[in-house]
Amino acid sequence: MSSPVETPLRSEKALKHLRRRRAADTRFRVYGLVALGFALFSLVFLICAIAWKASSAVTYHVVKTDIVLEADRIVPDGNASPEEITRNIEGFYTLVRDDLFAKFANLEDTPAVRKDFSALIDRLAVLPLARRVAKNPTLIDQTVSIQVPVSDDVDLFLKRSSPRSIPFRLGEGAQISLGQGTDEMVLRHPALESVLSSLTALGSQQGAPSVLVIADSAVARLTDLQDQTAGFEILAGDLADFQGKPLKGLIVAVPESNRTISDLQIAWALALKSEGIIRRVPHTSLLTSTDSTYPELAGSLAAIVGSLLTMLVTGMVAIPMGIFAAIFLEEFAPKNRLTQLIEVNINNLAAVPSIVFGLLGATLLLGTFGLPRSAPLVGGLVLALLILPVVIISARAALRAVPPSIRSGALAVGASRMQAVFHHVLPLAFPGMLTGAILGMARALGETAPLLLIGMVAFVAEVPSSTTDEATALPVLIYSWASNAERAWEPMTAAVIVILLALLVTMNVIVVMLRRKFERRW
Amino acid sequence: MDTTAQTDHDPALTGEGADQAQALVYPRINCQDVNVFYSGKQAVFDVSLPVFDRSVTALIGPSGCGKSTFLRCLNRMNDTIDGAKVTGDIFMDGENINSPDVDPVLLRSRVGMVFQKPNPFPKSIYDNIAYGPRIHGLVDDRQELDAIVEKSLRRAGLWQEVKDRLTQPGTSLSGGQQQRLCIARAIAVRPEVILMDEPCSSLDPIATARIEELIDELRKRYCIVIVTHSMQQAARVSQRTAFFHLGHLVEMGDTDQIFTSPRERRTEDYITGRFG
Repeated sequence: MSSPVETPLRSEKALKHLRRRRAADTRFRVYGLVALGFALFSLVFLICAIAWKASSAVTYHVVKTDIVLEADRIVPDGNASPEEITRNIEGFYTLVRDDLFAKFANLEDTPAVRKDFSALIDRLAVLPLARRVAKNPTLIDQTVSIQVPVSDDVDLFLKRSSPRSIPFRLGEGAQISLGQGTDEMVLRHPALESVLSSLTALGSQQGAPSVLVIADSAVARLTDLQDQTAGFEILAGDLADFQGKPLKGLIVAVPESNRTISDLQIAWALALKSEGIIRRVPHTSLLTSTDSTYPELAGSLAAIVGSLLTMLVTGMVAIPMGIFAAIFLEEFAPKNRLTQLIEVNINNLAAVPSIVFGLLGATLLLGTFGLPRSAPLVGGLVLALLILPVVIISARAALRAVPPSIRSGALAVGASRMQAVFHHVLPLAFPGMLTGAILGMARALGETAPLLLIGMVAFVAEVPSSTTDEATALPVLIYSWASNAERAWEPMTAAVIVILLALLVTMNVIVVMLRRKFERRW
Repeated sequence: MDTTAQTDHDPALTGEGADQAQALVYPRINCQDVNVFYSGKQAVFDVSLPVFDRSVTALIGPSGCGKSTFLRCLNRMNDTIDGAKVTGDIFMDGENINSPDVDPVLLRSRVGMVFQKPNPFPKSIYDNIAYGPRIHGLVDDRQELDAIVEKSLRRAGLWQEVKDRLTQPGTSLSGGQQQRLCIARAIAVRPEVILMDEPCSSLDPIATARIEELIDELRKRYCIVIVTHSMQQAARVSQRTAFFHLGHLVEMGDTDQIFTSPRERRTEDYITGRFG
């Protein structure tokens, strides 16, 4: 038996102790990795969730068609002044609506049906068209190409998000014959059995689901179904459109009485879509329009501009003030009770909830000084106060990080204190100060509570042009859109969140780039 | 003798031929009863010490004996420390530089300082030297400034090494070169006195030897006070040596005399390595 020789390097006791130390090392590394993994997972999950929600707002459906702007419809009294044209929204609206209505030849022309049809497009959607004509009256009586967003209910249905629809495929080979009425048809197809089984699977507690059969631009609704034979009511197109075509179908599980969009409207929308009149296009109006009560017309431009104006005020107040306060406290102020008190209070101020600053702004800036409500000026000042402590603290840390030998070196060649600070310390501390300042700005960009209190939650339909105009900001827009009831606001809100995050990331990239630049300079 | 020396503020004018024996008799700086307190705690006790022109005065002593603190009184660098208080009179050319109506900024243009750790500004070599002359308005145009930079670098023995890379950052030089750059920076503002606070303590022996040679060279033009931990260095470069212990000036005299026949017991113990 050959046991290993006991040397100081391989004694049993030492090895045991060593194993315990190694185990502790490993444990610690595992904890770190777990924490890091969890943080990364959360971040990725958050970003994916938001991006997923926002993805459906990247495109939206519009009616894209050529239309003759008949003079007697849009300027009925012959007065082609811009004011009259923009006032006559109704004329434009009926013009567009009737143009679409005319595409359904065998549609009963009753006020009730027209009213139903009107729900495809919201009235205000033609406002950009009216403005375009008002700006350029020569368009009257011309054929123009128009692009009008469809109402949010139609848009959501066409995006299959609400109400949810389950597609199925019947294919060719259906036997189609005329039913009792002119708009009824009877259809025989072996695949109808599977539709029946999926209908029974859905159940019908709240009411009967709708089953639609689609052949290109013709749509029919199921009225009764027995085994392989089904009776249909034609909603759009006529019997001939179904003959010999591959048939597709949709099951809308939510019964008609429980949804905001009727089967007839669905049929119209599907027909217009298959004709290429309703199209899915990039949702640029999200960035180029201002707020609206209709989700399909709403955009975030006013909030983006409002946020930028607010940030301008915040930056112009908080950054110089914070940096100079930090320089004074760090380099010039004597270290005594008073400066200690100030320092403690600055640190405390950084921890004050942001809504308190909102209250301060409301009473002091709006109340005492009488500054305008809802203005980026006030919002900027409040946010400047909010981030000032953060800017001061980070600027002081940056100043403290400059080696004292640089100061002594400058003083020793006869620089005054001021010269030593501004010629030598400040250039070295600047990248650090900048980082703190822009991180503070990023925090201010995401603040909601103080802006709510000073009235920046207003509905703003005009892009603010100065810091005293009424404005709102991106986080407040997110807040107000998120509290709207319609389903269509949900992806819109997520899209604005993405815009806000993009702005924040841009700011952080700017910080990194500026840091690099200033650090390389030396 | 005194009158000529008193009016002679620019050491460059007197040149290298100045009589050393004469210079050693005339104290450029005369300190009387200097006390330094840091936040009420006394660090230097009643130091009275003459510093002679065109010679090197070495301040030696164990760590914490107040020699650096005393050195910093000579250009009022203690003013920049919160809670530091200096009492006593320090006469430079008959003027009390410790009086409140003397501006430390002007004083420091006449009394340059080199620190323990080389601390070049994070700027180009050229700007390191040019900074002092610029802020003091010593030059009118670029050529004059170029001349000062070259002269200062030559005197610091660095010109040959850096003349082709004046635009490179001063921090890119080696430690010894950086320290010579700092010496050149001090020289550039035309001081009369140069204070050196352990200038070689962070350098290797070769760089140390170069600095020591340089100090010996500079002695011909300037009044130099050097704080050092190394007794060999004090013996090599200085003409006069002051031994500090626990904030008191124990003994002061010609270097030869201090190292061969110290009058005080504590001095002898220290230089023979019995404590410190």
